Amino acid sequence: MLGGLQKLGHWGLGVLERLGRGHLFLFRVLMSLGTAVTRPRLVIKELYSVGVLSLLIIAVSGLFVGMVLGYQGYITLVNFGAEEALGSVVALSLVRELGPVITALLFAGRAGSALSAEIGLMKTTEQLSGMEMMAVDPVKRVILPRFVAAFISLPLLAAIFSAVAVMGGYFIGVGLLGVDGGSYWSQMQANVDFYEDVMNGIIKSLVFGFVVAWIAVFEGYDTVPTSEGVSRSTTRTVVHSALAVLALDFILTGLMFGDI
Amino acid sequence: MPGCNCRQRHSTPAWSDTKVLPINTQPHNDNLLEIRDLHFSRGGRPVFRGLNVSIPRGGITAIMGPSGTGKTTLLKLIGGQLRPERGQILVDGIDVHRQGLSDLYQLRRRMGMLFQSGALLTDLSVFENVAFPLREHYALPEPLLRTLVLMKLESVGLRGARDLMPSELSGGMARRVALARAIALDPMMIMYDEPFTGLDPITMGVIVSLIKRLNDALGLTSILVSHDVQEASSIADQLFLISDGVVVDSGTPEALGRTTSEWSRQFLEGLPDGPVPFHYPAPDYLADLTEAR
Repeated sequence: MLGGLQKLGHWGLGVLERLGRGHLFLFRVLMSLGTAVTRPRLVIKELYSVGVLSLLIIAVSGLFVGMVLGYQGYITLVNFGAEEALGSVVALSLVRELGPVITALLFAGRAGSALSAEIGLMKTTEQLSGMEMMAVDPVKRVILPRFVAAFISLPLLAAIFSAVAVMGGYFIGVGLLGVDGGSYWSQMQANVDFYEDVMNGIIKSLVFGFVVAWIAVFEGYDTVPTSEGVSRSTTRTVVHSALAVLALDFILTGLMFGDI
Repeated sequence: MPGCNCRQRHSTPAWSDTKVLPINTQPHNDNLLEIRDLHFSRGGRPVFRGLNVSIPRGGITAIMGPSGTGKTTLLKLIGGQLRPERGQILVDGIDVHRQGLSDLYQLRRRMGMLFQSGALLTDLSVFENVAFPLREHYALPEPLLRTLVLMKLESVGLRGARDLMPSELSGGMARRVALARAIALDPMMIMYDEPFTGLDPITMGVIVSLIKRLNDALGLTSILVSHDVQEASSIADQLFLISDGVVVDSGTPEALGRTTSEWSRQFLEGLPDGPVPFHYPAPDYLADLTEAR
């Protein structure tokens, strides 16, 4: 009993200590933001590896999610004779929820894990220590460009995801199931509000981008410098990012669309 | 100043950072490095328990001891990457652990370090690795930077390997590239972390001769931590033997060759048993064997 309590206390203290380290680390990163402005090339290079190289998985996933939404939406709406509303159902589901959330989850799996592994390996092979001894701050040179690139990339990828998914819904709804093309687009135009829906989706993806980028770079920087440590950091990035995104989505949805 | 082989720094060139180096407020003396009463623990285990070391300018000093005595930790403490619990480390009269981050980074520009693994940036070529500290700290014109990098690579015999990637280098070549990078900023001192470990005899000979040659040619102060007695003794002006968190013996290689300390003799001659026992502390052998019956 006492041993169990001791373990629980030890675990709790460990979690709190890590949270504290994570916040101090974030403070250091944010205090270095000026470097992203004075050395934009570092960010652009990372934008390619973090953002551009994630495009394929995001676009393909978006296409399939849109097609599934088209199918499911049609099956439900046709019972009420409201299949013309398919465009607005697909678009609202995507810009409010699925676009930001699924993109964040895919991004954490594809780019977040890669960031953690890369930074963790740099720590394991003493590259970060080497930089420190060359009087180069690894937070400014390695961490910040990756953090900024991930933060910028996620909202853009979420927008691409939603756009491709809307097209996927169109292919299925209009191309395959015979929904009127004009209705598909006009319903979407009439029912999707830019501020209420699109802006809130953008805010969500900005928040997710910030959190996923923070978790990914922190897990890499805080890794135990062994192969097992890198493996654990990579796993933690995906798990913690997914949990954080889903929990934040619930809170943000309540704040934006509910009466909380 | 890059490209300058002299020991004193000249006035700040137009293309360098405007920030000035930390000012040495201590009286100038012949020791570049002074470690006073250093205490440091890791995971509750004391690594240093009042370590005192003075390293004069201009020579090669080897800090030796068995594996696990904290030799690499000592270099990290000197470089300010770790903080001691007690004691002082003065580099050129500057207390390393009383500097702010910015001043510490300024001080590190004058300290080179060769890591055991080389610590080369794996996504950059040999040329770019050596150019890295120069690009980070100075806005040099590209032709001048190229000349400087090729000079550094020539000094370690790897000018022809400039386009190779770190993954294409042997262990010895990687260490030589790391050495070229360590001298890129023309530091006043270089710290070598186990520079001879895992090298074949020819490569080891190359590294030994390079450390000596660069130290003399560039007027450096070299501190190498190692447990390779022969190689370190062949080039060091002074040896420190550390064990159990303190210096147990020190002197020139010749003086230590005549030491009467049993521990030093065991370490220097590689004897399997002595003050450092062959057996890890354990209960009685016979009792241990018969316990399960």
